[in-house]
Amino acid sequence: MPDYAVILVHSTSHAIQAERVLKRAGLTVKLIPTPRQLSSDCGSAVRIAAADQARCRELLAATGVPIDRVEEL
Amino acid sequence: MIYLDNAATSWPKPPQVLEAMARYLRDVGASPGRSGHRLANEAERLRFDAREAVASLFGARDPNRVVFTLNGTTALNLVIRGLLAPGAHVVVTGMEHNAVMRPLRALEATGVALSVAACGPDGTLEPAALAEQLRPQTRLIIANHASNVCGTVLPIRDIGAIARRHGIPFLVDAMQTGGCWPVNLHADNIDLLAFTGHKGLLGPTGTGGLVINESFDIDRLPPLICGGTGSRSEHEWQPDFLPDKYEGGTPNILGLAGLAAGVRYVLERGVDSIRAHEGALTQRLIDGLAAMERVRVIGTRDAGRRTAVVSFVVQERSPADVAQQLDEQFAIMCRPGLHCAPLAHRTLGTLPQGTVRFSAGPFTTAEEVDEALAAVARLSEARPRA
Repeated sequence: MPDYAVILVHSTSHAIQAERVLKRAGLTVKLIPTPRQLSSDCGSAVRIAAADQARCRELLAATGVPIDRVEEL
Repeated sequence: MIYLDNAATSWPKPPQVLEAMARYLRDVGASPGRSGHRLANEAERLRFDAREAVASLFGARDPNRVVFTLNGTTALNLVIRGLLAPGAHVVVTGMEHNAVMRPLRALEATGVALSVAACGPDGTLEPAALAEQLRPQTRLIIANHASNVCGTVLPIRDIGAIARRHGIPFLVDAMQTGGCWPVNLHADNIDLLAFTGHKGLLGPTGTGGLVINESFDIDRLPPLICGGTGSRSEHEWQPDFLPDKYEGGTPNILGLAGLAAGVRYVLERGVDSIRAHEGALTQRLIDGLAAMERVRVIGTRDAGRRTAVVSFVVQERSPADVAQQLDEQFAIMCRPGLHCAPLAHRTLGTLPQGTVRFSAGPFTTAEEVDEALAAVARLSEARPRA
């Protein structure tokens, strides 16, 4: 299993919103420039621990943060 | 010096606003949405702080539905120019500011029809008077929440209910009420709320925007300005999602840093608390002015039904003359004339000279109001200058 996953978003506004929601829930997150191999609307992406993917999806869905998709690194 | 021109631009600002702006210039500096380095990310966090604060102030659930523009006028133009095509009809109230009337007058030349719902001589509006103006072609209803001339608050909740019944988008000009009067996107049936940052929100000039209710489908509204957003950089077409759709070009992040701090101050002090403070000062001003033999106060004399805007005229004295003497002799700052709202002055019967306008703010004191009253009393009793 890879160490990290990235949440891809459409807008940096959504990236900041996702970062905020996940940090408040106590998760370790980092904003990173979107890796070149991944196609995305937005130059920034939210890196999370790969093991946290399901929990992140749940949290973001529950708070209505719009995301594109989640990819493993 | 006594500053009674808060309806134009609030001043002074809370110290937190200055600190936030200095911190941005000193420690952040970068533009949001671009680049992805830590300073760009921090700039985006500041912008999102402003979105969250404004969303909270106006009861919006999703901060991404707060989009920032240069000022309130740009937000009004975005909606007016975006929604009204030739053949469309629009209804406004008799208290609108030129930020609404001028774009509408410009569109009239292209085949947009305009109806004005008449207001009473104190600036009040019967919602039924507005409903009478609706036509099958009506595509937008616009209401000024509170007049920048006489402070009268219009029944936007009732107007919004009429708009909902007819399925017509309802745009509210909340320039004079944001931060000092309760405004709630959902409870007040508002589809589109235009706000400015430099008045009751206590931010700097060059900030403002539009809050878009989920009830409004953004596919109906094209952007006014297209340009870089940092997103979808490989495409030459404007993004179709919020907030990027309406935020082409590098934003005024310095101003938004200050705006976030200003709105947080308002939220901490409380809109109701600010309204109570300003209401007490406004009643003091109205009562003091109304007691002067040669002074006439415009609009309702009940401060519970108006914002902290008090217009008056002094017999045989031009408003410009009174304001100039208040500045030069008493160091009192106010605004004379027509306040960019000739339609409102027509409704109030104060054309062509207009009025003198005093507008208190969250930091105005009762002592300052008393000094201003004493100055007007002296001027009104003095012989007019030749």
